[in-house]
Amino acid sequence: MANHSDKRFPKAMFEPAQVDEKLAEKIEKPSLNFWQDAFLRVRKNKAAIISFIILMLLVIVTFVGPYINGYDSETQNAAHSNLPPRIDAVADVSWLPFDGTWENRSGEKLYPYEERGIEESYWFGTDKFGRDLFTRLWEGVQISLLIAVLATAIDMIIGVSYGAISGYFGGRVDNIMQRIIEILTGIPNLVIVILLILVLEPGILSITLALAITGWTTMARVVRGQVLKLKNQEFALASKTLGATDFRIIFKHLMPNMVGVIIINTMFTIPNAIFFEAFLSFIGLGLQPPDASLGTLIEDGFKVMLLYPSQLIIPSIVISILMITFNLMADGLRDAFDPKMRD
Amino acid sequence: MNNILEVKDLNISFHTYAGEVQAIRGVNFELKKGETLAIVGESGSGKSVTTKSIMRLLPKSNSEIKQGSQILFDGKNLAELSDKAMEKIRGKDISMIFQDPMTSLNPTMKIGKQIAEPLIKHQNFSKAQAKQRALELLELVGLPNPEIRINQYPHQFSGGQRQRIVIAVALACNPKVLIADEPTTALDVTIQAQILDLMKDLQNKIDTSIIFITHDLGVVASVADRVAVMYGGKIVEVGTVDEIFYNSQHPYTWGLISSMPSIDTEDDELFVIPGSPPDLLNPPKGDAFAARNRYAMAIDQSEEPPMFKVSNTHYAATWLLHPDAPEIDPPEAVQRRRKQFPGNVTKGEK
Amino acid sequence: MGKYVLQRIFYMALTLFIVISLTFFLMQLIPGSPFSTAAKLSDSQLAIMNAKYGLDQPLPVQYAMYMGNVLQGDLGVSFQFSNTPVTELIAGRIGPSLSLGLQAMIFGTIFGILLGIIAALRQNTWLDYGSTFVAVLGKSIPSFVFAAMLQYIIGVQLGWLPVAFWRGFEYSILPTIALSIFPISIAARFMRTEMIDVLGSDYITLAKAKGASGYEIAFKHAMRNALIPVVTVLGPLTVSLITGSLVVERVFAIPGLGEQFVTSINVLDYSVIMGTTILFASLFIFTVFVVDILYSIIDPRIRLSGGNN
Repeated sequence: MANHSDKRFPKAMFEPAQVDEKLAEKIEKPSLNFWQDAFLRVRKNKAAIISFIILMLLVIVTFVGPYINGYDSETQNAAHSNLPPRIDAVADVSWLPFDGTWENRSGEKLYPYEERGIEESYWFGTDKFGRDLFTRLWEGVQISLLIAVLATAIDMIIGVSYGAISGYFGGRVDNIMQRIIEILTGIPNLVIVILLILVLEPGILSITLALAITGWTTMARVVRGQVLKLKNQEFALASKTLGATDFRIIFKHLMPNMVGVIIINTMFTIPNAIFFEAFLSFIGLGLQPPDASLGTLIEDGFKVMLLYPSQLIIPSIVISILMITFNLMADGLRDAFDPKMRD
Repeated sequence: MNNILEVKDLNISFHTYAGEVQAIRGVNFELKKGETLAIVGESGSGKSVTTKSIMRLLPKSNSEIKQGSQILFDGKNLAELSDKAMEKIRGKDISMIFQDPMTSLNPTMKIGKQIAEPLIKHQNFSKAQAKQRALELLELVGLPNPEIRINQYPHQFSGGQRQRIVIAVALACNPKVLIADEPTTALDVTIQAQILDLMKDLQNKIDTSIIFITHDLGVVASVADRVAVMYGGKIVEVGTVDEIFYNSQHPYTWGLISSMPSIDTEDDELFVIPGSPPDLLNPPKGDAFAARNRYAMAIDQSEEPPMFKVSNTHYAATWLLHPDAPEIDPPEAVQRRRKQFPGNVTKGEK
Repeated sequence: MGKYVLQRIFYMALTLFIVISLTFFLMQLIPGSPFSTAAKLSDSQLAIMNAKYGLDQPLPVQYAMYMGNVLQGDLGVSFQFSNTPVTELIAGRIGPSLSLGLQAMIFGTIFGILLGIIAALRQNTWLDYGSTFVAVLGKSIPSFVFAAMLQYIIGVQLGWLPVAFWRGFEYSILPTIALSIFPISIAARFMRTEMIDVLGSDYITLAKAKGASGYEIAFKHAMRNALIPVVTVLGPLTVSLITGSLVVERVFAIPGLGEQFVTSINVLDYSVIMGTTILFASLFIFTVFVVDILYSIIDPRIRLSGGNN
């Protein structure tokens, strides 16, 4: 068992060492605060990082897109209706579908640009009114994002306040507020959204409102759970003993500790809202023309799927990318913030 | 050879997102037939990791038993055994009791079935035989009305009762080695004493060797034959119970002993070891305990102390035992205990 | 147990009552609905409506009459289909929807659970990443996009399966896949999380310490415990199936309830909208009720005593 060598050491080494009392109390592990720790974890999640980059690029294109090819989204031009996508720079790349041709059901190639003698190119083609789909697409995405972000923001405000009040005051207030939520979540969202939109008539505002009204309950539940957990912890009690007001305790002490879960929840709400907007358009409760959103573009594209598939495929790809990147980012954030997952 | 289990140069690392944590750094010990070896140390000292590695229960995804580590049992090196071969040893030759009885039983399986499982698996018992044996085992661990209780689910038992069931599961196949990982920590003090008595009683009846992990020196005194003290992923002192309690040599052991309440203690205040455990992500150079050691010497900052022999059964890893080291006065509590030690207080021989 | 069930039944009835009332009053607000004053109805329709709903009566009376009718299973008559009773319309349409929904539910949950178990047992391998990828796609891609793509690629381009309509089993394959992609992803993710959670629990370590093999641990100890909470996703899945059926039936031109609902929204056939809404809500409320009761039966830890927190 004695595995030491016979190495000799100078006597001086056996002098008592200067022990710094402060050093003994030093915490050996470099301490990371909550955000640094979370950031380290998010950074490790490659899918979330790649999603974030793709999403940012997509958002940039969404806001720049409508201005770069010189068309606007509403000018109709019957002579240019239902043109296939054509991008001059890549028209010769055979595996890319941007050569300005259609293929009909019998496999025959059609050249509408040449047949109609059209010189200019529409990158993503045109719709049945000859409107430029590239411009319409990005304007549609803008509107979809606007609805989603707005609805989510309203969700967050209502949900956080409701949840915080319910959890913080507890007792009878909590009891009543929770019964209300229980009943609300017992009604399928679909029913409320459809009824509300029938009442309010489809439009950006009514769709936003319908989504917000049905979406806040999840947030309220999550926030209430957090408040219940946090409000009896020492830092909150200490603050209460020192005479802080309820308002101050909720917003100064509890809220910063809940930012993580609120962000995660928000990140899951946004794609949900994007989906619901598109869904409503698809069942005929979407925006009214000439306004376009991702949903109405998909709906229009679906009607002509057999003849002009690109009108369906392009907006479908965009909505799928939006949904996937948002979901992956939300997953990544959840894993990063969730202390249960710590290894 | 009366060593039933020998651990030689055990090194274990965990791979985390921050880097490699060297949780176990060269641990050596042996377990003799029929003895109880207590492993003590604070949280993070590596005592649980050591025993989990004997059972090969560490998660494969992020832990690694380093090359050259040896866990010798029955002529086999468990560190290198295949998973299939390991399954045949677990629960049959070596079994384990865990800290929290509230979570260590499967909540949706009747306890009778949970006790019978290793019997059917390892001893080829029929279901009826296994049930009969399960009833005997429940009787043995002191659970009343076994015929009724055998068909109940874990949530119908109290914490102490559940720990008795866990013990019954562990003892089902008369294992040669029983590892008890803080089996009483999660229990009330009165229940603790009952469980400890039960374990001692059962050890006499079935002649198992026990590795008993704890951070409670009071428990150690009542169950152990020998004690190994762990700090920072190493064993820093090992000896018989008397040697550790009455003639300890390592300043960390002194700290543990001084921080234990006793009726002789005149001071009202208990001693506290200052500081926090070392960061095993970047293990300190020299003696890992140096930063918290008030007897630290210059050499502790740069050289790792070897195991110095105190007696044939007693070793400690501290430079204080080097012949060149100055005479120092151990803490009062340790000095008081040394007076009660039967052997002479000798300085370590190199 | 009895008390708990009674409490749940009370809540179920209350929620349903609120849904019916909400539907009724919102319909009053819709501009141009026969229930609102701005309605333009033919004389014969008005006569029927007056008799049935007392449209010439004050609002509270109308409300009471409507409630009474609904309780007797009378959901009114359709305007679009020459005064056919709504219940008759629903009865004629529910067959395809029910069989499509059940197929998607069974296929979706079983396949999803399997995917989740595989992912959990082979954590951080390509199998895990693959099934996670499928789950993310299933959760992200809207059902109507997925349905349209399936129809275009497999139905139109490859011609392997019928493009649309409802004339036999092979007609149901594409719609079932389209409808089950969401259940698959939800069940897979939930099962994976639960399974990993269970696999990390103390009793699994104890089972390993007993010498149980990997197979025994996965299927005898872990799966049962992980499956119990998965029952809770049946509620949200029902909603997703209802939501999905609206668009999937439309894409594949299946003569089901969802397709009829969308049509009635587009032509503003109010009594059909109301009737179907109430049916969907009841279905969801009832599923949640059944799930709660089922959960308490299969989990021996839950001893019911009134509250269910």
